[in-house]
Amino acid sequence: MSEYVIEMCNITKEFPGIIANDNITLQLRKGEIHALLGENGAGKSTLMSVLFGMYQPEKGVIKKDGQPVQIKGPNDANRLGIGMVHQHFKLVHNFTVLENIILGVETVKGGLLKMDDARKKVMELSEKYGLLVDPDALIEDITVGMQQRVEILKMLYRENEILIFDEPTAVLTPQEIDELMNIMKGLVKEGKSILFITHKLNEIKAVADRCTVLRKGKYIGTVNVCDVTQQEMSEMMVGRKVNLKVDKEPAQPTDVLLEVKNLSVHSKHGTKNAVNNVSFQVRKGEIVCLAGIDGNGQSELVYALAGLEKSEGTVILSGEDISTESIRYRNTHGLGHIPEDRHRHGLVLDYPLAYNMVLQRYFEPKFCNKGFLRYDEIFSYSDKLIEQYDVRSGQGSKTIARSMSGGNQQKAIVAREIDRDPDLLIAVQPTRGLDVGAIEYIHKELIAQRDAGKGILLVSLELDEVMNLSDRILVMFEGEIVADLDPNAVTVQELGLYMAGAKREEV
Amino acid sequence: MDKFLKKEGTASFLSAVAAVIMGLLVGLIVLLVASPSNALAGFGMILTGGFSDMKNVGQVLYYATPIIMTGLSVAFANKTGLFNIGGAGQYMVGAFAAVYVGVEWTFLPPVLHCIVAMIAAMIAGAIWGLVPGLMKAYCNVNEVISCIMMNYIGLNLVNLLVRQTIFDSARNQSYWPADSAELSKLGFDKIFVAGATPSSVNAGIVLAVIAGIVMYIVIDRTKFGYELKACGLNREAARYAGINEKRSIVLSMVIAGGLAGLGGAFYYLSGAGAGIAITEELAAEGFNGIPVALLGMSNPIGSVFAGIFISYLKVGGQAMQSLGLAPEIIDIITSVIIYFAAFALFFKLMLAKLSAGKQKTNANAEPVSQNAKKGGTA
Ligand SMILES: Nc1ncnc2c1ncn2[C@@H]1O[C@H](COP(=O)(O)OP(=O)(O)OP(=O)(O)O)[C@@H](O)[C@H]1O
Ligand SMILES: [Mg+2]
Repeated sequence: MSEYVIEMCNITKEFPGIIANDNITLQLRKGEIHALLGENGAGKSTLMSVLFGMYQPEKGVIKKDGQPVQIKGPNDANRLGIGMVHQHFKLVHNFTVLENIILGVETVKGGLLKMDDARKKVMELSEKYGLLVDPDALIEDITVGMQQRVEILKMLYRENEILIFDEPTAVLTPQEIDELMNIMKGLVKEGKSILFITHKLNEIKAVADRCTVLRKGKYIGTVNVCDVTQQEMSEMMVGRKVNLKVDKEPAQPTDVLLEVKNLSVHSKHGTKNAVNNVSFQVRKGEIVCLAGIDGNGQSELVYALAGLEKSEGTVILSGEDISTESIRYRNTHGLGHIPEDRHRHGLVLDYPLAYNMVLQRYFEPKFCNKGFLRYDEIFSYSDKLIEQYDVRSGQGSKTIARSMSGGNQQKAIVAREIDRDPDLLIAVQPTRGLDVGAIEYIHKELIAQRDAGKGILLVSLELDEVMNLSDRILVMFEGEIVADLDPNAVTVQELGLYMAGAKREEV
Repeated sequence: MDKFLKKEGTASFLSAVAAVIMGLLVGLIVLLVASPSNALAGFGMILTGGFSDMKNVGQVLYYATPIIMTGLSVAFANKTGLFNIGGAGQYMVGAFAAVYVGVEWTFLPPVLHCIVAMIAAMIAGAIWGLVPGLMKAYCNVNEVISCIMMNYIGLNLVNLLVRQTIFDSARNQSYWPADSAELSKLGFDKIFVAGATPSSVNAGIVLAVIAGIVMYIVIDRTKFGYELKACGLNREAARYAGINEKRSIVLSMVIAGGLAGLGGAFYYLSGAGAGIAITEELAAEGFNGIPVALLGMSNPIGSVFAGIFISYLKVGGQAMQSLGLAPEIIDIITSVIIYFAAFALFFKLMLAKLSAGKQKTNANAEPVSQNAKKGGTA
């Protein structure tokens, strides 16, 4: 019996213009949590997709318990006990939790589904691993954290022994992350083995036993997590020193830039307002953070400001009432927006990167002459952004956005929005899915924008980012702003209380 | 960029060719079943009929003209993610408008008369596209359903109007457009002749090819094309970008309708001696736009070639009549080839889309390709 449950030996996988995995070896011990760390585009998702059978490598062997195996597709992977939670879940939204879990492995009796047995098994698993779910709830009604539990239960129901998590924490709230970490620890105690992709070093420190580092498609090394510091890991990964905490001068806010008065947004479900009579200001030269637990109206508030959703109330930008103006008008009159959902709003995934880089500017005289697009200008502008923001992809400006790594898609959007140089930048989770090097760079850029007299409205679920970056924190709870706090005068614990609605300040 | 486009282009072209070969094979099988003794000779005629003499070459171009236009119409709407199945209705109302102007407005001087008739056809077709466009943009009514309704409204309205305005009871169809409204022959009748009979090909084919080229430029090179494609690929992102997606939807249906309407004008202004018959059937030229666009991979230039190919089969099929096969059988065989070819291509595209979820897409981009799949099959 081999020491390793899974060995991926000398795996090479190429895409047009890029070697995504260049002779990579990864060995997973039974019962360990093995982290996979690397910059955006380093090839982590590709390597895991190879293991899950979604890509066929050009070179290399995969061994299970020392025996070479062929994994031609997810079904083969499943038969070998390999399961994967994708960064974006693959659940059927109008099915119940239970239906989703048994989907594809239903047991039938006389043409009818044997739901009772399945339900029993799911409930047992759910209890055993502390994965509490309501089996009869519809997926569309439960939170992202819950959906992730369903994904995990799916793997357990299939009795998978090797569990792959691709950036599972990017979409979770801090509380949910803690829960997930505990669940993962419980799973390895049961003898399962876990491969865990994350960009957050503290998470690796907290749960992982070993960590394999990739850089630009190459294998850098595998370390025992307890032997290295976070600094050392980040250096291994980016090849230079990274400043994990941003330095910034105190803000020097000046005139009011954004004034929101009595803004309300109707909720799509139920009768309550998603945003209820909210008023606040953002001044030039400050970073204001909207903090809150996901689903307390932050998204709707941002959509209303951007003009993507209907609202009541007044929005004044640079002294001008834009409450009823079109999205295009807002875009061209000083509003920038890094959207929450990069696939839904941020990118036309089937357009080349260059086209995406001018998504709100293609009609400007610089890029468009008498109704004709100016290719050369668009491509050279895009090349400039790619260079400046280190957006990595196989074919540069020509790359179809869909084929880029998640983090590089995000970098492209951030680059585009910052470079438009808006007076007010609404940045929703700007660093979601980015590696530490990229986060450092983006944070610096945001602060530079602030220091240049621009206003930034930051929405982030990440408390570190909130505390590090913001000059003022507005806490949202159930569609209302319940506190206006100074990050230097509030502790993370206190902030947590406000976010949970346990504490409230009249503003 | 250009090299990249070419690569994409070759791949599409090869799959279209593969689909055509599939279609031809199935056609041969049908022929073998329908008439074993004549099968091989007949199949040979389908393949070569369009080239048998210069007149037939002309006829190929003549029949290709309207279906190129309806094909462009389908392809154009497709860029905005819409399925224009209303080509038949748009084509018919366009045809009526052109014939009406051609018959009644004889006060216009020759060339102008023809131009006005074409403009009238375009406007009529555009209105027939406008309605489903508005319904889609503002009431979210599926364009397939409203297009089908517009097809029947168009058909019956044209029947009614023909009967009430320009009905020639002697021929039991509409009057023919006046000579002054006819499209110029451009001297084609001197080139494409067999013996003394010239082909009916005329300036229409030139205009159709120009329409294809213009459409290619509009879609590929202009700001307007950028907006339409963005709407078709990701409507939410287009909205985020500040593109007025409702306007894009409406405009793309209006233009699609105008193209199909113009196709109707090209056919009935050809001077081949055709009036609009009272009929209960939707115009085949309208529906043939769908396989044309499919075979042309929704590419305007591709659609021009696909239209010529399909018309080539039709002329080849006509040549087969000399074997004494019933016209219906010939129709069946040519349609089998057309639809099978288009269908094979459709299948291939669907498969490519499905496997794109696994192979072409990176794992990070999974969920959107999933949605695309849902959208594609819905
Ligand atoms: N299907 C594909 N076609 C072409 N190139 C691809 C494809 N999938 C990935 N790539 C390229 O391979 C490289 C590695 O991508 P991968 O998604 O594995 O990165 P990653 O390490 O997961 O990055 P991130 O942290 O940003 O998610 C990227 O440069 C990407 O552009
Ligand atoms: Mg990834």
